[in-house]
Order: sequence, then C-alpha cells, then structure tokens
Amino acid sequence: MKIKISRMRRLEALSGYLFVSPWLIGFLMLTLGPMLFSLYLGFTHWNFHEPMSTMKFIGLGNYKQIFFHDPLFWKALYNTTFYSIFAIPTGILFALFLALLLNQKLHGIAVFRTIFYVPALVTGVATVVLWQWILNPEFGILNGLLKMIGIHGPAWLYDPVWTKPALILMHLWGVGTTMLIFLAGLQNIPTHLYEVADLDGASGWQKFLHVTLPMLTPTMFFNLVMAIIGAFQVFTVVYILAGDGGPGDSLLFYVLYLYRKAFVEFQMGYASALAWVLFMILFGLTLLVFRSSSLWVYYEGEKR
Amino acid sequence: MTASVAFFRRQSVQKTVKTVLGYTILLTLSVVFLIPFLWSLSASFKGLLQVYAIPPVWIPKPIHWENYIRIFKLLPLLRFFWNTIVITTLSLVGQIFSASLVAYAFARLRWPLRDFFFFLLLGTMMLPTQVTLIPQFLLYQYLGWMDTYLPLIVPHFLGISAFSIFLLRQFFKSVPLELEEAARIDGSSFFRTFWTIILPLSKPALATIVILTFIQKWNEFMPPLIYLQTYEKFPVSLGINMFKDVYSSLPHYIMATSMVALVPILVLFFVAQKYFVKGIMLSGLKG
Repeated sequence: MKIKISRMRRLEALSGYLFVSPWLIGFLMLTLGPMLFSLYLGFTHWNFHEPMSTMKFIGLGNYKQIFFHDPLFWKALYNTTFYSIFAIPTGILFALFLALLLNQKLHGIAVFRTIFYVPALVTGVATVVLWQWILNPEFGILNGLLKMIGIHGPAWLYDPVWTKPALILMHLWGVGTTMLIFLAGLQNIPTHLYEVADLDGASGWQKFLHVTLPMLTPTMFFNLVMAIIGAFQVFTVVYILAGDGGPGDSLLFYVLYLYRKAFVEFQMGYASALAWVLFMILFGLTLLVFRSSSLWVYYEGEKR
Repeated sequence: MTASVAFFRRQSVQKTVKTVLGYTILLTLSVVFLIPFLWSLSASFKGLLQVYAIPPVWIPKPIHWENYIRIFKLLPLLRFFWNTIVITTLSLVGQIFSASLVAYAFARLRWPLRDFFFFLLLGTMMLPTQVTLIPQFLLYQYLGWMDTYLPLIVPHFLGISAFSIFLLRQFFKSVPLELEEAARIDGSSFFRTFWTIILPLSKPALATIVILTFIQKWNEFMPPLIYLQTYEKFPVSLGINMFKDVYSSLPHYIMATSMVALVPILVLFFVAQKYFVKGIMLSGLKG
C-alpha cells in the first residue's frame, strides 16, 4: 500500500513536470536566459553588425553615458513621464466616469457600451492613421469643429507643444478596456450594501463616496498598475506618428528611443542598458503602488 | 395621504430627470466617440479635391466607390490579411495548448518546487518585454528564424503569456475537486482527466484567453516590424504603415485601407460580442 502511494506520488510529480515543461522551456530560453544575457550586454559595447568577438566589457560605461552624457535619454524620459502624468489619471477618471454611466439601468445600454469599447478594440496601426488625418491642422475634422465654435485649433502633431496633448486625446478615446474592467468591478459590488445605505437614508452622492468608491479600490489598483506599465511602454503610436521623434523630438518616447538604439543604430549593449533602466523605473513605480495600496485599497475580509 | 402621493410624484419626476440626463450624456459621448470613424469613413469615399477641402466637408460628392477597388490594386491587401490570419491562428493554438497544460500543473498537480516556479511565473508578469527583446532577437537570428513567422508564433507554444496561465490556473482551482477524484479512482490518467473533465468545464476561461490573445496578435506591431523584412510576408499592421508612408499625399486611399483593415475585427466583435465583453471583464476581476 505504502509503495503504491509513493509510486502514485512519483507519477504525479513526473506528470507535473511534463505538463509544466512548455512554460519551463520558455522561461529558460525566452525569459531567464535572455534576461541574464541582456544584463551582461548592458555592461558591454557591441554593434550588431560586427562579430561577437568585438564585444567589449566596459563595466558601468553605458550607464554613465546614459545618465551623464545622453541628452536624448533625458528627453525621452521627460516625454514619457510628462505623458504618463497626464494620460494615466485622466484616462482612469474618464474610464470610471464612462463605467458609472454604463452602470445605470437604462434601455439600450449595451449599444453605448459597444460604442465606447470599440476604439479600444481596434487600437492599432489603422486607428493611428485615422487620427493622423483627424489631427491634420488644415484639413482635419478636429480643427474644423473647433473653428465652428470660433477656436483656432493648434497644429497638433506639427507643434512640439501640442503633440503630447494630441496623444493623450487619442489615449482617452481608447480607454474602453479600462472602462469595461471598472464596469465589472461596479457590477461585482453586492447590492445589499446599497440597500443598507438606502435604509440609512444615504443620498446618491453619499452612496458613491462610502460604498461604490471603497468597493472599487481593488479594481482601481489593478487599472492603475496596468496603466503605468502601458504608459511607459508606448511604442506603436509614436512610431507611426513620428518614427523620427516628431517635431523637436517631442514624441521621442522611451521605447522608441530604445528601439532606435537597438534596431536602427544596432548598439545592442547600450540598448540593453536602456532596457534595464526602464525595468528599474517600472519596478520602482510598481513597488510604490503596491506599498501604498494598504493605505487606499479596501479589501473585504474574505475576498482574495 | 396627499403628502405621500406628493412624495412618490417627486420621486418619479426625479427619476425621469435622471433618465433624460443619462441619455443626453450617453448620446453626446457616443457622437464624440464615433466621429473619428464617421469622418474617416466619409473621407474614404472622397475624391482628391474634396479630401483637401477647406472647411472640411462631411458628405462626399460624388461618392467615389472606386477608392475601395483602387487600394486592392495598389497594395496586396488580401495577402496581408491572410498573413495576419496565419500568425493569429497559429499563435492562438499555441497559447491555448501551453497555457492550459501549464495552468493545470500549477492548479492541480503536486510536484517539487511548484510554488517556487509559480512565484517566478508571477514575477515574469512584471517584466517589461524590452528587457528580453534584444537577446531574443539574437537567439532567433542565430536559429535562422529572421524573416519567418516563427519568432511571432513559437513563444506562444512556450507559455509566453504568464497572464493567460495565471487566469486559467485561477479558473481551474474553482472547479470542484470531486469530479477529478472520481475519474482518478476509475484509473484515468492525469492527461485524460485534464482533457475530458477540466478542459470542457473551462470554456468561459478559454474564451477569455482566445479573445485577449486575438486582440493582441491582430494589432501587434513591434515584433513583426523587427522580425519581418519581405514585404509579401507583412501582416496588415505593417502593410498599412508602409502604405501610409508611400502614399502620404493620398489620404482618401489611406482612410479606405484603414476602414478595410478594421472590418474583420469589428465583424468578429459583433458576432461574439458577449464573449469579448465578458472576457475582458473577467480578466480584470481575476487579476
């Protein structure tokens, strides 16, 4: 009997490794291995078009260069941070506002849900190209509409001051996914909480402040982490709108700069160092959000 | 008596005001959300003179249907679509295959170091792809995979999406154990139990993963940009980008191309809308 059990156990362990093997191979070959290699590359000087034997170990050289002698790095970091500071809060608040609107018991709400979500579904080259034409200062519809109400619209993608606001506008148009996740969170709030609040004679605003908002903080937390990661890794939009960095390098975002170093200039060592700096920034920010979560995220006792 | 009637009347008036206000805001926002699509749709039917009209016109006159024929002659759009379909389908197969097997091992089987590896899996979710990008590129180069679809597809067979695995594991864990134990006592192997009991029960979670992966692969831009060079192998995303650079002075054609590119994913969305919405909602709750 005992032998049988231990044989069963062994079989289970073996099966476990067999089942997990696709990920395990992937983890070693595509994540852990590359991670260690890119960490090493970050300490070297190497151009992809030269043989591997020319790879030179330069210690912290790349990092010194990045932090002390690379104005474009600071420009890219500034652009990305500027964008994040405005795009993340406005995006989250706007998505929450839409979700609250959709959480009403009205007829035909599914149609509105579809309309608000679809832009997020089709975020890709096709919609960026649409926006490029919408934002055209002379022939685009945005400035055309602004003119109708007597505002002379800016040059948007041609004016370094207005490129990032244009991007934030596009971001707000595509918050559908965040909105749906908020909606799921709203629908997950037990109705008995509202019933109790009604009995206590709470007003709509009070219910929002003391029931909805606290119950929604875990969803808020999830969306915030996702938004930070997303904002710092913006690439497709800026590459399509301004592969060269846009007017005055105002659209030179971090990952675009990294891409340029790696796949245009083929400075693999330098680009790897840039990737690690990005990783550290994201890691720090995520850690900060996680640490702060005990202050503002409300978890029901048994949940999670 | 009269006081309470007044109370209820006031209630219903308040409700009507709220409903009207709700619809007004919803409708206004809907128009704002739809303008980019409508404007581009209108532009795609215009002639060269009208695209460059000041002030912008909404109704194309005459309607240039032939724009939509022209673009298929100017670039191999059907070929690009086919390429996107091939990449997306194969990636989906890989994603489902690897994520379900791996998630089952993490959810149900007991094996040494399981919790340690699960911790690592969660850790990889936080890792920005840029950190592994360059060595992966060098690896694929070394394997001779440049200008093939392998770098875009193979990772999905190797459980590249930690989020999919995590989502499925959470779902598998919610399936009652008794079902499997009964099958196990009947002498069914782990794989059989997984295949005949767990997978059929997990259709909603699998649908979520199919949808998230589909959206990601359909819109994917940077990986094909890095790995593909031959124009005939481009997916739709790269095709449009190239077209936009070459024909930048012909926005009506670019708009028509974009419209065509949006059609398949929109059709799919309207057919399977329920699953899309549920899928995305579920992804937030499980995370």
